[in-house]
Formats: sequence, C-alpha cells, structure tokens
Amino acid sequence: MSPAPAVKTLLIDGKDVSASGDQTILGAARENGISIPTLCHLDGLTEVGACRLCLVELKGSTRLQPACVMLVEEGMEVTTHTPRLQKYRRMILELLFAERNHVCSVCVANNMCELQDQAEAHGITHVRFPYRSPSLPVDASHERFALDHNRCILCTRCVRVCNEIEGAHTWDLLGRGVNSLLISDLHEPWGESDTCTSCGKCVQVCPTGALFDKSKVGGKVRKNPDFLSYLNEMREGLR
Amino acid sequence: MTFEELEQIATDARAAKETFPRALNVCVAAGCLSLHSDAIKSALEKEVRRRGANCRVAGTGCMGLCSLGPLVTREPDGHLLKNVAESDAPEIVAKLNSAMPERLLYSRDQPFFQRQTAIVLENSGRIDPEKIEEYIAAYGYQALLHALTDLTPAQIVQEVSKSGLRGRGGAGYPTGLKWGTVAKTIGTTKYVICNADEGDPGAFMDRSVLESDPHRVLEGMIVAGYAVGANLGYIYVRAEYPLAIKRLQVAIRDARRLGFLGSQICNTKFSFDIEIRIGGGAFVCGEETALIASIEGRRGTPRPRPPFPAQSGLWEMPTLINNVESFANIPTILRRGGEWYASLGTNKSKGTKVFALCGKVRNVGLIEVPMGTPLRQIIFDIGGGVPEGHRFKAVQTGGPSGGCIPEQFLDLPVDYESLKEVGSIMGSGGMIVMDDSACMVNVARYFMEFCMSESCGKCIPCRAGTAQMFELLTRMTNGTAKLNDLDLLEELCDMVSSTSLCGLGQSAPNPVLSTLRYFREEYMEHIVRKHCRAGVCECNKLAEVSA
Amino acid sequence: MSKSTASKPTLATVWLDGCSGCHMSILDMDERLVELSDQFDLVYSPLVDYKEFPAHVDVALIEGSVSSDEDERKIRLVRAHTRMLVSLGDCAVTGNVPAMRNPIPVSELLDCVYKGNGLLQEQIPAERLPSLLPRVRPVHEVVEVDVFVPGCPPSADTIFTVISELLAGRVPQIAALSRFGA
Ligand SMILES: Cc1cc2nc3c(=O)[nH]c(=O)nc-3n(C[C@H](O)[C@H](O)[C@H](O)COP(=O)(O)O)c2cc1C
Ligand code: SF4
Ligand code: SF4
Ligand code: SF4
Ligand code: SF4
Ligand code: SF4
Ligand code: FES
Ligand code: FES
Repeated sequence: MSPAPAVKTLLIDGKDVSASGDQTILGAARENGISIPTLCHLDGLTEVGACRLCLVELKGSTRLQPACVMLVEEGMEVTTHTPRLQKYRRMILELLFAERNHVCSVCVANNMCELQDQAEAHGITHVRFPYRSPSLPVDASHERFALDHNRCILCTRCVRVCNEIEGAHTWDLLGRGVNSLLISDLHEPWGESDTCTSCGKCVQVCPTGALFDKSKVGGKVRKNPDFLSYLNEMREGLR
Repeated sequence: MTFEELEQIATDARAAKETFPRALNVCVAAGCLSLHSDAIKSALEKEVRRRGANCRVAGTGCMGLCSLGPLVTREPDGHLLKNVAESDAPEIVAKLNSAMPERLLYSRDQPFFQRQTAIVLENSGRIDPEKIEEYIAAYGYQALLHALTDLTPAQIVQEVSKSGLRGRGGAGYPTGLKWGTVAKTIGTTKYVICNADEGDPGAFMDRSVLESDPHRVLEGMIVAGYAVGANLGYIYVRAEYPLAIKRLQVAIRDARRLGFLGSQICNTKFSFDIEIRIGGGAFVCGEETALIASIEGRRGTPRPRPPFPAQSGLWEMPTLINNVESFANIPTILRRGGEWYASLGTNKSKGTKVFALCGKVRNVGLIEVPMGTPLRQIIFDIGGGVPEGHRFKAVQTGGPSGGCIPEQFLDLPVDYESLKEVGSIMGSGGMIVMDDSACMVNVARYFMEFCMSESCGKCIPCRAGTAQMFELLTRMTNGTAKLNDLDLLEELCDMVSSTSLCGLGQSAPNPVLSTLRYFREEYMEHIVRKHCRAGVCECNKLAEVSA
Repeated sequence: MSKSTASKPTLATVWLDGCSGCHMSILDMDERLVELSDQFDLVYSPLVDYKEFPAHVDVALIEGSVSSDEDERKIRLVRAHTRMLVSLGDCAVTGNVPAMRNPIPVSELLDCVYKGNGLLQEQIPAERLPSLLPRVRPVHEVVEVDVFVPGCPPSADTIFTVISELLAGRVPQIAALSRFGA
C-alpha cells in the first residue's frame, strides 16, 4: 500500500480549493462546484485526454492542460472559463458537428445527447466549417443494440468500458485521423462478435446517439452512464 | 575487453587495410544501392580478381553527394568518382594508378566538401558499416571503454551537459538534462530507447547514419544505459528501412561477440543489451509516448504528458528516449570532451547538425555543418544554389512541423532559436529548397495533407481540424475559396496548435502560418483573383474560363 | 394582414428545400401573429401570393437548405435585397434531413430513385425542373446569414421572440431559445 497522497491547496477560478495529491484538476473543480465541460471523460474509466474540451489555463504556463488528466499541484492557479478557452471549446464542438453526419432532428438521442448539450451550453447556433458529409455505415447486426457511425465522436468511452469494466474488449479503433472507425472484434459485424456479452455498458456510456438500444428508439430514454462510479465503489469497498 | 585489446583490434584492422596499396570504396547506402551500386561493387571485385590487381574493394556508407551516385572513392588519394556504372569497372581498375577519366572524376576541391564539419558523419563513406573492426580502427568503442573504466555515471551526465548537446529529434531538449533526470529517477528497471522512426517526408538523416555507421549509435546507447542505470535498450526503426535494420542486426551481433553488449561489459559489473523493434511507419509513432505504446504492443497513439517518459515511460518505468543523431554524437563527445564539442556552434546551439538537403539545389544529399552556419552558405555554397534558369524562393525546414523561410532571411544562422524566431523549426534536419516554380499555398496544402493523413485521430482538434484546414486550402488552390475562408483558416491554425494533444497537431499549422506570414499576397491572389503565380494550382483554369 | 404603409418594416419568408414545417411553426404563433402583423408588412411569402421578391426587404426568414440550382438562384436574389437574413430551422442552418443525401453522388441518387424500380417508363425527370446541386448546403455556405435559428422546427415561441426582437431593432440571443434538433 502506498501512503496516502498529501493534501494540496490550489486556486481554481479564484477560489481556494484543497485536494488530495492524486486528484485531477477536474475532480477537484467538480468537488467544489466548479464545472468544466467534458466529453471523453467519464467517472470510473481511465482518462485519455482526447476531446480537449476540458482544457484549462494554468498561471505561468502558456500550454493549456486537460483538467481530466492533469493532477493538482501545490499553489497551482487554474482558470477554467476564459474567452480564449470558450472560443476553442466552441470550435472543437463545431468541428465535431462538421466531421460526421449529425442530423439531430431524426436522431435517437435528440434532446438526450451530451454533444448537443455541450453545443447548447456553448451557444452554438450554427457551424462555420464545411460539413464533411462522409459516407458511413450503420451496424444493426446486434440483436439488441445498434451502432450508427454517423454520430460517433470517437471518444472511446465504449472501448474503455468494454475493456476496463466488462473485460470483453469488443471495441477498438481501426485506421487513423478522420478515417478512424470504431470496430467490434476484428472488424466483424457486432452481432457476430465472439467477445460481446451483450451487457449494454457501452450503450449506456456512449455520450451520443451512436450506440443505442433498439428497443428504446423513440422512447426518449436517457442513458445512464453513472453506474460506473457505483461499480467502482463497490469494487473498492470489497477490497 | 581492455584498452590494449581494443587497440590490438584497431591495429590489426588498419594493418589488414594497408596490405593493399589501393582501395576502392563503393557507397552501398540506400541512395546508391537503389542505383545498383552493389552490382558495381561486384563488377569491380571481379575486375580486380581478373587483373590480379593489388586492390581492396569495400562497401561503405553514404558519401553525402547522393544526387551524383553511385559514388566510388579511390584510396589513398581520395579521388571521388561520380555516376559510376557497372560498365566503368574495367576502366577504373585499369587506371588504378593513373588519372581517372574526366567524366567520372568529381573534384573534392569545392565548398560542398570544404564547408562541412563531420562528427556524426565522420565515418560515413569511409568505413565498412558491416565490419565492427573498421569502426574500432576509427577509434570506435573507445568512448565506451573510457566511460566504463574512468567515469562515474554522474560524470558522464556532466560531460554530456557540458557539451551543450540538444536533442536532434526535433524539439532540441538539452540531452544532458534529460539523462540527468532519468539517472536521478528512482526505479528498479530503466530503459533506453533510440528513436529511429524518422517519418518526415524528405528526411533521411537517421537512416543514413544507421546504414553507414551503426556502431556509433550502439555505442551512444550503451554509454547512455550506463549513465542512467538502464540494462536494456530498444531501437525503434520503421519497417521501410530494411537496410538499416539489417546493418543494425549485424552490428548488434558483432558488438555482442566482442563483449560490448551483454553481461559484464568490458569486465565491469555493467550489463546492457539492445533489441530492435520494427514500426509500421506511421509518422505519429515517432512521438515518444506513441512510440512507447507501440513497443508495448498497443495502438501507437500519444498520451498526455506529464508524466514524461523520463519519469514513467516504457512499462511505466523511467525511460530515456533520444534520437539516432543525438546518440551518434555521444562517442565523439566523450572521446574529445564536452568542452571541445561546445566550442562548435552558437551560444545556445552547440555542435553540428546533419541536414538532408533536397529540392531545387544542385547538390542533393546529406551534409553536416556546425550549428550557426548561415542558410545562404548551406544552400548556395554547399548545395551549389538553385539550378540554372530559376530563382530561389524559400527553404522549408522541419518538415510538416516546420515552416518556409524566404530570401530575406538567408543570412540567418541555423540554430534552434533563430529558426523558431522566423516561424520555422530545426526539426530533425530536412531541408527542402524551393524556387519560383513553387506555389506557397500549394506547399502549405501538401504538408497539411500529410498531417491530416498521419494524424492518429485521438484528439478532435488535430483529427478534424487538419481535415478542415486541408479542405480550406484545397478551396484556395482550386479557386472556390471565399475571403472569410482565410479568417477561418487562421482561427483554426491558432486553435489546433493551442489545443492538440501531441506535437503533430500542435505543429501542423506551422507550414500554413509561416507561408501566411511571408507570402500572404499569394493567398490573396488565389482567393480574390483566382490566380496562382507559379502556375501550379487549378484556380488558374477557372480564371481563364471567366476571362 | 394589414396593408402596407411606408413606415412599417417589411418581412419576407422564403421556402427553399424544407418540409414546410418551419412555415407551419410560423403559423403556430396563432393570435400572436395578428399582434405582430400590425408591426410589419409581409411582402413576400409562400403563405401569400406575391410573385416577385421586392427590391428592399428588412427581414427575410429562410426555411430549407440550398439543394437545387433554383434554390441557389433564389437565395442569392433574396440576399441581395435583404437587410437581415434569418436562417430559420435546421434545414437552413445545418442542411438537416435534405443533406442526408450528401454522402451519395447525385447521379447514383437519381438512378436509385427513378430507375430499376419496375416502372414502365424509367427516366430521370429533367425538363423544366430545377437540377440538384452536387451537395446540399446550409444557407450560410452560399450567402451571408445574419441570424441563425436552429430547431426542427424552431418553436412558435422562439420564432415570435426572434421576429419581435428584430422588429425592435435588436439582434435576438438565440442560444437560450433553441438548439439543433429542438
Ligand atoms: C509527430 C511527431 C513525430 C516525431 N518523430 C520523431 C522521429 O521520427 N524521430 C525522433 O527522433 N523524434 C521524433 N519526434 C520527437 C520525439 O517525440 C522525441 O522528442 C525525441 O525522440 C527525443 O529525442 P531527442 O531529445 O534526442 O531529440 C517526433 C515528435 C512528434 C510530435
Ligand atoms: S448524436 Fe447528438 S449531436 Fe449527433 S445527431 Fe444525435 S443528437 Fe444530434
Ligand atoms: S454490450 Fe458489453 S460486451 Fe458488448 S460491446 Fe458493449 S460493453 Fe462490450
Ligand atoms: S460509439 Fe459512442 S462511446 Fe463509442 S466512441 Fe463513438 S461516440 Fe464514443
Ligand atoms: S495531435 Fe494528432 S497525432 Fe497527436 S494525439 Fe492528437 S490526433 Fe493524434
Ligand atoms: S427544419 Fe425541420 S421543420 Fe423546418 S423545414 Fe427542415 S425539416 Fe421541416
Ligand atoms: S474530458 Fe478532458 S480531454 Fe476530454
Ligand atoms: S547514398 Fe551513396 S552517397 Fe548518399
């Protein structure tokens, strides 16, 4: 057992905050009622620092740091909502809308989508970048669930939950850059996957309408990704 | 192995060479090999045998002037023969003791040779890279022996710090500082990694060093292992470099045979071994955390730093990762002293730098110059300038992460800081000369396409941002851009460089930013007048139609 | 609606490639529409019978995306004669449902719809019909747009606020009112 990490004190948006040394800036901020937008982060999964929505400014550094991975340090001065950060966040969201084919009006996740929520929270009324309109498939081969690549933002939450929590490692990424594609097993239809246990965790953690439960289409059912923290606490409690 | 034994090997190797009054060295590095220099070597050997000539024929590494290959040097007079063909073999052997025909002879009495300072390339083109004895005859492995027997790890780190050597992989991080950090980090197991991924288009410095003088890199790595307390090293090479891989394999085998690798090296308690890892050739796998992921058998994508590899790298152990050229400098630094090395170069950039000079210059090839050498000297003296009929326009350094430097900065001394000041970077040493037939918007588009297709796709700004920038640049070149597309492009440049996860995305906008800085009017011409002054872009056709 | 007087601002509504749902949402304002109509003159709209787009319009609400050459011609004309151009609804703002055809090349699309489906006279209608653009585009990719009102359709409340604000000479703050898909 390693010794308990020391308590650090820092300043977030001018507010004095104390946190344990193994806490991220995001964790410390949320504990103190300061919200920082996130997409790839999910309590209970390893951090990847990929969506860049949670970038914050640190005093004395020109480089922006992802709050979800950066650990707190003594005396740190963090700013979470500068005009520059807000501008970048808006652009990142715009890029996501332009990257694939998001047609909210006919989407299973309409009004229940984290991407849509973020767009609204950031005052996005339109996308200035040209829509890329890629041609992407829908995999509906699984008997209970479906994957619509048109709405996938490649946050890899599904990959992580399936690997880290369910232990099945059904999902992974193929290709790179804008051509990255979420695949099940060795690029087989999801319904033919040998590893998928049909546990549905990936569907629950997916922030968008990319992964969905076929029986709930049109049912206006919010996903529930919060079960992870509970699972983890259970696990830790058992130890 | 003791100094005496090492000296004996060197003496024997030199003696073996000297039994021949004459020698013909044929470049068998990748450039000349692609022009079948191996067949030339065989033809020369056959001819020597047929005539019973008292001459040694050997393969060597790159001689630098790759554009004039295949190259052959005649020893001991050092005459350089260019564009040699198999059919030239009889004549070359026949005239072993007399003057060579004009058509083959290339005078060494030129700035290309005189203005260079060889450290990393000191053995390139002079020794047979597949013979460890020849490396030893050129003072090889003396630095290692010196380090192991006379110096403590801390003293080695100090010597490297004193040399002022900065990482040659692009970022220019002080090597001594990095070694010191890894040495001081507590860990039961540590690793040394040599980054030989070299993915920049147009760069072939590292490949050439590995093909021409592989032991130099091994020696640097072993010394590093001793200095930081590691017992295992990895060389990460891309699969596209089969010759470099083969020569490394031979070199590692020979180094093990002579006890420079393995347990209890040179009768000390220090053990070290090196393994080769072959990469799939993705540019992003040159980024240190992606490279480490790739060695660990995972998808080669970068992760946020900190923690830096020095604290938590391969298998979460403290890891020293340096570039090929960084390691290749180490033997000379230890042999001649950090102070001597620091006497070369500029205030903040010490030593020499290898550049792969290419594009619109007469002498395309590999060169090594002291840091601080003016661009003009590199391009016009060493490179021989832009070929007849065209004008110099810009020089691109740093590959897809770098920028284009226009004529007004030709007197700029080449060092990390100066290049950065004018909006480019040193990078790993690619240097592409462009003349007036190059369109700067198109150049920016080319590099953006590279970044877009090499982006790993992990983070949104780089994945989707490079694709958007590429689209906007494409609109400019094909005449469909609107004026506010330029604003969008500039906004994207700022956002992508500020928010991307790794260096690929952070530097992807550089070619656009630097061309915008110096050639903004070309962008405006494309957008407003649908005109490309270099005549390479599609928009010109559009302008003709509407005219 | 009341007859024009010189002092009242003029309003136009334009129907490009949309389902008419956004116009329905305008009508959904019900009695508030009457309230508003005192404050402006409706000078052009599919809801009323005017043939020519007037030379000067203060506010134009655009429903639908730019999908055909006719849409493109029309929107350029509208832009040239309008002070405040409003993209109304997701089709105008994002391309929305009409843009779902974008990943498919136009010729393939037409073949798929008009050919090989067992009709007696298979042919792609061409005469006197607008031809499809290679890509469906949101309005702002073609002309400059002043106000964006996402939603499919934006609610009657949203539209009421937007028109009221514009008539009062203010630029409405949309983000709090509507969102994509809303
Ligand atoms: C996209 C990207 C590609 C890189 N490629 C290489 C490479 O091919 N070779 C290399 O030595 N360093 C490369 N680097 C830099 C490495 O991450 C690392 O900084 C370097 O290997 C450290 O060695 P040095 O200190 O000796 O320069 C790359 C960095 C990035 C961001
Ligand atoms: S996933 Fe979200 S943003 Fe995308 S179409 Fe569905 S609701 Fe809209
Ligand atoms: S349903 Fe469960 S096992 Fe199947 S892919 Fe999703 S997370 Fe993995
Ligand atoms: S399917 Fe959903 S959870 Fe998985 S990467 Fe795509 S958006 Fe993220
Ligand atoms: S910046 Fe580009 S290459 Fe680097 S992690 Fe992000 S997507 Fe991958
Ligand atoms: S936005 Fe929706 S309601 Fe309006 S025209 Fe388009 S599809 Fe119809
Ligand atoms: S939440 Fe931190 S990078 Fe995505
Ligand atoms: S490869 Fe032969 S001279 Fe460079």
